[in-house]
Amino acid sequence: MYPTTLKYTKDHEWVKLDAAEATVGITDFAQSQLGDVVFVELPEVGREVKQGEMFGTIESVKAVSELFAPLSGVVTAVNADLGVHPEQINAKPHEAWMIRIQASAPAEADNLLDADAYTTLTT
Amino acid sequence: MIGPFLTMSDNPASVLKKTPLHARHLASHARMVDFGGWDMPVEYSGISDEHMAVRTRAGIFDVSHMGQIELAGPAALGTIQALTSNDASRLAIGQIQYSALTTPEGTFVDDILVYRLADDHYMLVVNATTTKKDYAWLSSHATALGGDVSLVNASARYALIALQGPASVAVLAELTTVDLAAMKYYWFGTGEVASVRATISRTGYTGEDGFEIFVPPAQADRVWQALLHAGAAHDIKPCGLGARDTLRLEAGMRLYGNDMDESVSVLEAGLGWIVGWQKPDFFGATRLRTEKASGCARKLVAFEMTERAIARHGHGVVVGDRPVGAVTSGTQTPFLRKAIGFANVPVALSPVGTELEIDIRGRRAKARVVPEPFYKRPRPA
Repeated sequence: MYPTTLKYTKDHEWVKLDAAEATVGITDFAQSQLGDVVFVELPEVGREVKQGEMFGTIESVKAVSELFAPLSGVVTAVNADLGVHPEQINAKPHEAWMIRIQASAPAEADNLLDADAYTTLTT
Repeated sequence: MIGPFLTMSDNPASVLKKTPLHARHLASHARMVDFGGWDMPVEYSGISDEHMAVRTRAGIFDVSHMGQIELAGPAALGTIQALTSNDASRLAIGQIQYSALTTPEGTFVDDILVYRLADDHYMLVVNATTTKKDYAWLSSHATALGGDVSLVNASARYALIALQGPASVAVLAELTTVDLAAMKYYWFGTGEVASVRATISRTGYTGEDGFEIFVPPAQADRVWQALLHAGAAHDIKPCGLGARDTLRLEAGMRLYGNDMDESVSVLEAGLGWIVGWQKPDFFGATRLRTEKASGCARKLVAFEMTERAIARHGHGVVVGDRPVGAVTSGTQTPFLRKAIGFANVPVALSPVGTELEIDIRGRRAKARVVPEPFYKRPRPA
């Protein structure tokens, strides 16, 4: 069920790598654990993030959680649509992207999980 | 990125207490959570879905973790009068009252419902996490008062199912011959529900019409299933503690341990209406009378966020750089679709319309004090 075209973190983010550009969202497992998402706080374009560093927060009706950058780099785009329609994260978690990062150390991707490893982690 | 709900429990599953409906929750794939030492369903189909079911149709909740303490004997009423804030002498048999079990300082040992079962026989319905504490408190003070009264922690004798929502009467009427239409709010009756001996109480913690049904633990699952079956035509939903919390907050109801505790007086909590001012004396009367005459230093207020942010329990209320209060409950509510909450603030910040500043994880967000309740159900036609 987890697309093999994506990579995953142990913190339940997914990453789509396109050369050095990484698109980031949260996994289906994450959204199901959170329940109804009502609020997402994302960084400004241009912000530098380090792998594992918090880049934003996501809130469901019941809880707030932190979002962690899967790779180091500079934020090049933010999905502003999630501010208006955060429920997209529940509906289509693997399409509802949050940020894009221009990766400064693409080799860090070796630390990410593939779909099989992530499935094992969450079952 | 997964937050508190996966990690909040320090208790291994084996030491958690289980209600008589526990196996049913697991079989129904409810998401379970450690709630004060009880393994309880936090959600079934999702908090918003369950919340909306209760606001518009019907939902059922397992609240068997709530405690029941019975007092019987000639001094039962006197004991209750001395240790609680409301005036229990006004209860007829079959009637229920919201009250506070108070400390001598007029603060909350717990918030409770008092049921008058018979002449000299009362039942207190208390919070799950405080049942032991309340029983010990009541026992020791009853002994000190010296009256002829027996106390029993009867919690294990009851499973408790809450049926809530505008369709509650229609659903329950299919399973009982008890005249539900004649049962007024905050009254109870006895009879059978799905052929199971039950006490039916027209009470709840959601702001909707509904019933709380006390049944023997061994028959709880039969009643639960019967309610789901009878409610199918109304698209009834089994609900967890998550929706119970958003529903009660939207309805302006307080949660013990969050909104008030042993450090908050009954008047500070905004619950002056559960004080029996005509009673001669009771625990906390002196402080509460003083506060009534000259005002409280602090107040629990209802607030609504005026910018996009959700304040949560524990966030600070600040003036400039100075912390002056705290959010005691806060969430985004599924029905009103607003971020709302309660906060404990100095009385100067309590008038309706006052702008509050709340520190949400280091970021300041604005809120406004609003009248209670946030939500009031439409009057039946």
